Amino acid sequence: MAGAGGGGNDIQWCFSQVKGAVDDDVAEADIISTVEFNHSGELLATGDKGGRVVIFQQEQENKIQSLSRGEYNVYSTFQSHEPEFDYLKSLEIEEKINKIRWLPQKNAAQFLLSTNDKTIKLWKISERDKRPEGYNLKEEDGRYRDPSTVTTLRVPVLRPMDLMVEASPRRIFANAHTYHINSISSNSDYETYLSADDLRINLWHLEITDRSFNIVDIKPANMEELTEVITAAEFHPNSCNTFVYSSSKGTIRLCDMRASALCDRHSKLFEEPEDPSNRSFFSEIISSISDVKFSHSGRYMMTRDYLSVKIWDLNMENRPVETYQVHEYLRSKLCSLYENDCIFDKFECCWNGSDSVVMTGSYNNFFRMFDRNTKRDITLEASRENNKPRTVLKPRKVCASGKRKKDEISVDSLDFNKKILHTAWHPKENIIAVATTNNLYIFQDKVN
Amino acid sequence: MSEKLGTDSRCEQTGDEKQDTQEKEAVIPERAEEAKLKAKYPNLGQKPGGSDFLMKRLQKGQKYFDSGDYNMAKAKMKNKQLPSTGPDNNLVTGDHIPTPQDLPPRKSSLVTSKLAG
Repeated sequence: MAGAGGGGNDIQWCFSQVKGAVDDDVAEADIISTVEFNHSGELLATGDKGGRVVIFQQEQENKIQSLSRGEYNVYSTFQSHEPEFDYLKSLEIEEKINKIRWLPQKNAAQFLLSTNDKTIKLWKISERDKRPEGYNLKEEDGRYRDPSTVTTLRVPVLRPMDLMVEASPRRIFANAHTYHINSISSNSDYETYLSADDLRINLWHLEITDRSFNIVDIKPANMEELTEVITAAEFHPNSCNTFVYSSSKGTIRLCDMRASALCDRHSKLFEEPEDPSNRSFFSEIISSISDVKFSHSGRYMMTRDYLSVKIWDLNMENRPVETYQVHEYLRSKLCSLYENDCIFDKFECCWNGSDSVVMTGSYNNFFRMFDRNTKRDITLEASRENNKPRTVLKPRKVCASGKRKKDEISVDSLDFNKKILHTAWHPKENIIAVATTNNLYIFQDKVN
Repeated sequence: MSEKLGTDSRCEQTGDEKQDTQEKEAVIPERAEEAKLKAKYPNLGQKPGGSDFLMKRLQKGQKYFDSGDYNMAKAKMKNKQLPSTGPDNNLVTGDHIPTPQDLPPRKSSLVTSKLAG
């Protein structure tokens, strides 16, 4: 059954490919920091801590005859950002790519936005498969000919050459963020995009690099009064005037740019009321939203906090319509997770193409899928043990307490260094990209 | 919204309330975890999401004394051997003035990502 109609558990997920080094000794630069499919799903981009971008392209195969969908092979790779030094503050500016967002395709070239903590860059990725030959004034090797030696004229012709994929930075959007950029989001108007840091959100025009509009500013006049920061922001997929931003206190604000130039006052505030008797030292930390994503339809949005995934109906602000527990067994481990800083891990989440299934990562290289229709969920593992193509992945189970059944893993055996923070789902097909620390796994649903 | 959960406030409770709190701690795993944390770090601030914590978050990133310090630190990471000028040549700041020879050359060849390998 092709297409995204099936539920997360009617689908059998199979290993397809794994990219990256096998060795356990991971260099910091190789840590994957973002994964993103483009709008057609043909291209898959990854960014890493070393500031590099690698783009994979899906092979276009004859799908009727093949046993699987096309494989993803390296298409282009380039150094997007370099480490810099902020002379004013004597702080290092990391080259780590925080986010990559593809622009919708307008012509033969592909465009993506990539950002580190301070600077956003627009990259053009274009193909060259022809080159002109037969110049009059140049030799084939490029040397110029003496014009006096030219006795006849010819028209240069385009001849095929080996495909060359070039990446060039077309725009550099710099110096607009005092704090660290956590999100970028392209607008459905195809002209603008937003960038968000801890305290401010800016609106840019793709053509203009020396100016940006500040549309949200939550910096208090007195920094001692700081109580929350912006954790993620995204434009609505269809309404070019609407965007949302999430906070470290677990709230989401929806803003309408038609209402005012500075959107400090939200149009809607999404917040789930908390039972005050349940409050603890950890409550605020685990309620901090690490990711917010609109559904493709634009009717819903999904948020990820430390222990759960919540689906919100944009028409209802007072509570989410669905809540899925990702790893509830960690609630009784919060003390150690605070001590080893894992409680601050920022997990992302994503929708499938039809908005019927959502996916997010966990520890021990586990990732979880929740089917919104059947209400069933599944836990799978990204591991090189299931390495043969078309091997169906076996569901995993964590045993919270008590007797551990065969094939279950106890909470205490989980490896908290193996985190899956970044996952992506192909916009049209059941193909997913799952990033472990330094490897990229591609899984597909079983075809026949 | 802040609660006093230190040992001080507990001593003020009556016997009944004390038992209540203990029961609640057992029932709510978060509270039990909080008790564990407080036991280990009695000086922990009451407001975890408070301004100190957020300020630290805003200021993430390693601070260096100046750009020379930064460049020397980068060089130490990249090149295992710095040109030796004496026994102190690996000290990054203060002990010797960097000469052009000490500073690392501009990052030359691109190290390709292993994902593309």
